[in-house]
Formats: sequence, C-alpha cells, structure tokens
Amino acid sequence: MTHADVLRLVLYVTGDTTRSAAAIANLQEIQKLLNGQCEITVIDVLEHPELAEREKILATPTLVKVSPPPLRRLIGDLSDQALVVSLLDLGGGFTVPKQSIQRL
Amino acid sequence: MNSQFLAPVDKLATDIPGFDLVTLGGLPRGRTTLVAGTAGSAKTVFAAQFLAEGILHSQEAGVFVTFEEPPDDLRRNMASFGWPIADWERQGLWRFVDGSIQAHDDDHVVGQYDLGGLLVRIEHAVTSVNARRVSLDSLGAIFNRLHDGDTVRHELLRISVALKRMNVTSVLTAERTSEYGDISRHGVEEFVADNVVILRNALEDEKRRRTIEVLKYRGTLHQKGEFPFSVTPARGVTVIPLSAIELKQRSSNLRVTSGNPDLDGLCGGGFFRDSVVLVSGATGTGKTLLTTEFLAGGVNSNERCLLLAFEESREQLFRNAIGWGVNFEEMEAEGKLKVYCVYPETASLEDHLITIKDLVAEFRPHRVAVDSLSALERVGTIRSFREFVIGMTSFIKHQEITGLFTATTPTLTGGASVTESHISTLTDSIILLRYVEINGEMRRGITVLKMRGSMHNKDICEFTIDGCGLHVGKPFRNVVGILSGNPHMIAASEIERLDELFRNP
Repeated sequence: MTHADVLRLVLYVTGDTTRSAAAIANLQEIQKLLNGQCEITVIDVLEHPELAEREKILATPTLVKVSPPPLRRLIGDLSDQALVVSLLDLGGGFTVPKQSIQRL
Repeated sequence: MNSQFLAPVDKLATDIPGFDLVTLGGLPRGRTTLVAGTAGSAKTVFAAQFLAEGILHSQEAGVFVTFEEPPDDLRRNMASFGWPIADWERQGLWRFVDGSIQAHDDDHVVGQYDLGGLLVRIEHAVTSVNARRVSLDSLGAIFNRLHDGDTVRHELLRISVALKRMNVTSVLTAERTSEYGDISRHGVEEFVADNVVILRNALEDEKRRRTIEVLKYRGTLHQKGEFPFSVTPARGVTVIPLSAIELKQRSSNLRVTSGNPDLDGLCGGGFFRDSVVLVSGATGTGKTLLTTEFLAGGVNSNERCLLLAFEESREQLFRNAIGWGVNFEEMEAEGKLKVYCVYPETASLEDHLITIKDLVAEFRPHRVAVDSLSALERVGTIRSFREFVIGMTSFIKHQEITGLFTATTPTLTGGASVTESHISTLTDSIILLRYVEINGEMRRGITVLKMRGSMHNKDICEFTIDGCGLHVGKPFRNVVGILSGNPHMIAASEIERLDELFRNP
C-alpha cells in the first residue's frame, strides 16, 4: 500500500456538543472496523472557522474523505456505521464482513 | 423617570432608490427581513444591491451568503450593475460565504446534523469585515439540498436569531410558487416573519409588470400596497413610490410665454411657471407645432428646454421645426435644447420614467415637452400607464419646471383620450385643438378648457397654420357642437335669441 492510498478522514464538528461527541465516537468505532487502517483528523469549526470556510462546510458534523479518491462528504453524526463504510467507497480492500456489521 | 419603554424600531436606510420611501425609512435595523418572490423577480439583485448601496453610500461592509449562484457568477452578473464586487472584497467591504453546490457534493446524510458550520462561517465573515449588512440568497436552495425540512427550518431559525444577536440588518430571500399565493415555499416566513417584502413579476396583458409590496413590518409603519419597480443596468432595482409623492410643490405666479403670442393672449398672459399644460387634439391639428413653439419660446427667453419625443425621429422633428422657422440643431449646439427621441416600445414605462428622471436631473431644464404622451399608452397596461403619468407629472412639478404634454384623441372631431382621463386632474391647464367641419371644409378650433389660478378666454377660436406657425383668429360665433364632435351652423338670429336667454330683465 502506497502512501497516497492511506485512508485519510477529516471530521468537522461544532464545539463540544453531544452531537459532536457522538460523531467522534462513531468514527472511532468505524476506525476499529477498518482495523485501524485510517488517519483521522477532527476539526472544531468554532476554533478554526477559516478551515470551515476553505472546505465550504455547511452542516456539522461533516466527514470528508480526503484520500484516496473519490472525494466524499458525508453529513450527520455517522450513527449508521455500515452505511458510512459503504458510502466511503473504499473498494475491495476495505469491505467489512457482514457479520461484524450485524454484531454492532 | 424610569423608562420602561423599549426604543421603537429604528430603520436602516438601504439607499435602494425609492425603497426607503415605500418603507418609510428602510429596513428595520438589526432585524431580518424576508424578501420573497417568484423566479425572475429580482431577489438576487435586491439582496446584492442591499449590500452594494451600503458600501457606496456609507462604507458599510456586507456579507453575502449564497446558496444558489457561485460567487464567481455573482461577481460577473453584478458587474453589469456597476458594482465592483471583486474590488470591494480586496478592500474588505464585501465578503462571500459560499454555500453554493460544489462539484463533489452529493450530500449523503448519515445521522443527525445541524447547520453549525454555516453559522460559524457567517459569524466569522461578519466579524472579519465588521459587517453591518448581511444577505442570504436563497433559502429555498438549501431546502432542496438537505431534504430534511424540519431540521433546516429549525437551523434557519437559529441562524436568524444569531443574525439579530450579531446586530446586523439582514435580507433573506425565498422562493414563491405563484404571484398571489403562499408567501413562500417551505413556509420559511414562519420563522423569519418579523418583516416580509414581496417582489412580483406579474404578467398582465402579455406584459411584465414588476411590483414590490411590504407585507409586514412588525412594530413599525410602512406604505401599503404594490409599488412598481424596475431593474435597470445602471442602478439595479429602482422603486417608483407613487402614493409617497407629496402634494407640496410650490406654485409660482410668474408667467412664461407659451412661445405663441396669440396663445398667451388666450391664456390670460402666458403659462404659469411650474405648471403642467396638456394639449389635446386629433392627429394633424398642430400639437407638434405648439410643442415646437413652446420650446422655441423657452430658448428665446434663455431657458433650457428638453423635448421627449415618442412619435417622430430627430430628423423629422428637426425638418418640421425648420419649416416653421425654428432651428433645433442650432439650439442644441448652444446647449439650450436637448432632444431625446425614442420609440415607446424600446423600454417599459417604468424604465422610461427612470430615463426621463435621469435626463431631467442631468440637463436641469426649465421646460419639458412630451410629444406625445399617448404614444406611450400602448407600451403598458392601463394601470402602468396611469402610474407613469402620475409619476412623471408629479416629478416635473416638483422640479419647478414648465411642462407641456400632448395627447392624441382617437377620433378626428371631438372626443377624449385615455391619456386625458388620467391626466386632466393633474394638469394645471388644458388646451384643446379640434377639427371643425363647416360646409364641407375642415377648419381648426382652439380653446383653453382650464387654466388653474387665472382668467382665460372661454371662446373656441379658429386658428390657422402657415410657414410662421400658429395664428389664432376669431371665435366661432355661429357654430355649436364643436367639442362633442358634431358641429353645425346656427343662424345669426338664433344666436341673438340665445343671448336674450341670459340677459337680465
């Protein structure tokens, strides 16, 4: 696996709210599902409004898949983890066994 | 005294031409106003102009939140109104918050969300340029993208509250589905309902008519009803405040010449300055001649004159004037005359009115002649035309200008026109030119029907036209029924008998 293929995810949240916390927790669960094979950055737009402006974030939480392509943006607290994984469009290498999803 | 009363709602002058008159001062300061309209009703122009006028008139910075058109499109589209948005951005007077749809956006929704990101970006933009004005255009687009109406409604309420807290005056635009139906699609008025302004672009008799109406101004007064407005390349939205025009023009006792000594005689010594004169007559009765003499009379007494011609071309007008010994070309070269010729169909009545106002403001004439007002009738609906006539008459009177308008009657003899019925109460003087058929011969009669504030000759006099102009002759003594369009001769003995009727015993 080359460097460019590393799964990089950026999560934009607004402050220290329950919704932000839920999104972060859900994303950590997803990271486990992917066997830790992803880099996660969490950005609080209250602290970095200029980053929200650069990424043109409207809704929070928003999860941005930075690499590998295709670029993806998901809106919401990521509560439906199986849907998140399928929408991330990770290709063959990252398919999650059906059993493990049901177990969640 | 312990003041328990809250300060009344203060208004922010928008400087959108005419809008502050209709709203009695502008938009409620520090509040949100919903501007709703159908597609093509100039919502985006209004939203952008609200910021542009703030920058142009009071150096107030503005933030434009766009959900529909990308900033690049807006910069380009608004440049046609003369608003250099890119320059303003560099000067820190204008900031975009781009919420328009991005190429990679497919907005998959996974769980619950709010519009915190948007709110943070708006707040960031407002504080970074110290904005006083904010426009959001348009709310409908965000509903279409995020589907979850309840969440979006709730979040927009939060943004609306936040805008008030930031103490900015804001305009939020929203779509309507019909001109006379629900206030807005998605029911957005329910949460930003302090103030609602409606822009209409209604189709009447195959003609578009733009109007603006203040539907609701919570806690403060405004003018009621629809007011026509126009969107012109030079200045964007211009509202024409008809009923807001005050009847307070000065009137003068000073007489000015009509340009024709005979007519001056009929009027009791000429027209009053600051008066509006209507000349009504069938085609070929000499209205354009009277207009030419009126202008020449002005130029000869060293006044600046403006001619607005809607029927004939410059060449025709100049040639005709030469025929009567008046040289328009020379007068224009001296800067005493300005001739503005245009086909009525080239613009809407609202646009014509704005052009006329611009011309008057630029040239500052002492006299304005319109030949003919009736030619404009066919451009708009009857209502638009009435509003145009009222708007122009009151404007001209306000400027203390002597005005002369001509109106064409539809029938050759007798008759009255639509123009007259709209304008007769607004004008100070009415002069009728009529054909009189006597013994198989067409002759012409002139009478001064009305002359406010002065005695005038009540006779219907015969007049003739030759190479030197118009000459008033003797009154028609033995003809009756001229004005009703059915003239007939009566015997001299009958006139004597009629005279007897009114003689005191």
